[in-house]
Amino acid sequence: MDLTLKVWRQDNAKAKGRFENYQIKNISPDSSFLEMIDELNEQLIQEDKEPVAFDHDCREGICGMCSLFINGRAHGPDEEITTCQLHMRKFKDGDTIVIEPWRANGFPVIKDLMVDRQAFDKILQSGGFISANTGNAPDANAIPIGKDKAEESMDAAACIGCGACVATCKNSSAMLFVSSKVSQLALLPQGKHEAVRRAKAMVDKMDELGFGHCTNTGACEVECPKGISLDHISRLNREFLLANLKP
Amino acid sequence: MSSFLNSSIGKKFLMSLSGLFLLSFLLVHLILNSFILFDNTGELFNQAAHFMAANPIIKVVEPVLAIGFILHILYAIILTLHNLTTRPVGYNKQKQAHASSWSSRNMFVLGLVVLTFLVIHVANFFWKIKFTGHELLEHGMVGEVENTYLLVTTFFIDWWWIVAVYVIGSVALGLHLYHSIWAAFQTLGLSNQLWRRRLNRFGLLVSILIAGGFAVIPLWVKISSLL
Ligand code: HEM
Ligand code: SF4
Ligand code: FES
Repeated sequence: MDLTLKVWRQDNAKAKGRFENYQIKNISPDSSFLEMIDELNEQLIQEDKEPVAFDHDCREGICGMCSLFINGRAHGPDEEITTCQLHMRKFKDGDTIVIEPWRANGFPVIKDLMVDRQAFDKILQSGGFISANTGNAPDANAIPIGKDKAEESMDAAACIGCGACVATCKNSSAMLFVSSKVSQLALLPQGKHEAVRRAKAMVDKMDELGFGHCTNTGACEVECPKGISLDHISRLNREFLLANLKP
Repeated sequence: MSSFLNSSIGKKFLMSLSGLFLLSFLLVHLILNSFILFDNTGELFNQAAHFMAANPIIKVVEPVLAIGFILHILYAIILTLHNLTTRPVGYNKQKQAHASSWSSRNMFVLGLVVLTFLVIHVANFFWKIKFTGHELLEHGMVGEVENTYLLVTTFFIDWWWIVAVYVIGSVALGLHLYHSIWAAFQTLGLSNQLWRRRLNRFGLLVSILIAGGFAVIPLWVKISSLL
């Protein structure tokens, strides 16, 4: 495949960025999107140009490090997928592909396509500890948990903190991320003790870090690579409201 | 409490409650207005309008309703202004249509259209009935009961553009409600997989009923006058 890439280039956090166009030839439809960018970078290095900086780590869809807004969608034109799992067969020979970094107040650009997602870590830290006993792993089934609850908690825990929800949301709201982190613990007895405090602290942190207000458009759920459900946002709202209504 | 109202979810909570309150008012309002369709002598509607105007409960509800509107609009402005700051550099290309409904992305614009309509609507009728009075209202008065029916129908029959404004206002309101009925429950933490489906269907039904109802009344009055 021969492609035209329109890539956001920005020297550092302070610099003003711009789009650059690159031509790239002979890309296999079976290569992944990140492999395609690797090839672009090889080409740039050979031409003595600065390679494009982008985030990636596991390349197997589990770490959440890869990002990229591709042709107008977070993680590109495929459903429930991270960019490392996106394949070039989703594009056509001769296509122009627009590649941009996540755009949000809470995710400032570091360089080119890399953004700073420490805001998510700060929100997680604000959630604090859970009062579980340390020591040996507890016996299986020592704490009885209903299957529905366990499954729902596991679904919430599938969030990989990639930030696609924020990048997609027209308000740059982090509600889907925060709700998955609140839900995964609030649903289990181990996380119940601090559930109220946790919801409050995490929402306060989220607001403080400049994310937007949720207006329930539901776009986050559609673009989330892990299919995190809006149900968790409803639960977060519930937890937060109860936390505030309790004296 | 103030920290609650400063939080994103606290503000949404107020939007949701005020919105649901406004919705309940709309339903009552629509039922009364529908009397225009059911009795073309106007007696039924005039009686109903008189009952509402004279009712002490309504006198209490009126200022509450005004507060509901003010809160809803105030927080709509606060929320929307904040959300305009959260993406300082926009995307060059962003596809949204597959992931969210047009209504959900344009709640503020739809709200503004509804608000414009409301101002026109209040000036047309409520203001005259409540404060300034109008000669048509006194036309054929039965005791204390003013001829509200005549005022309303004359307006629609005389001016096509007023009918058009009412239809546009109703459609905007319908689109606003189409997104917001489920959303209001979601905001209150009262939704899950099952209820989301139910609430969305319920929302569609209510928004068609309300938009359709409020649009049909002026259209019917105008069209039946031509027959
Ligand atoms: C009779 C008139 C109205 C009714 C029945 C109504 C009802 C509602 C309801 C039920 C919601 C859902 C709240 C939520 O998402 O939790 C809502 C949202 C909203 N309304 Fe209204 N509304 C009305 C008029 C207006 C007006 C005049 C404006 C603004 C100028 C407005 C602006 C908004 C905005 C921006 C939202 C989205 C808020 C959000 O999702 O965060 N509405 N409305
Ligand atoms: S909720 Fe989904 S989109 Fe958001 S950070 Fe988690 S995995 Fe990514
Ligand atoms: S690189 Fe780890 S999820 Fe894509």
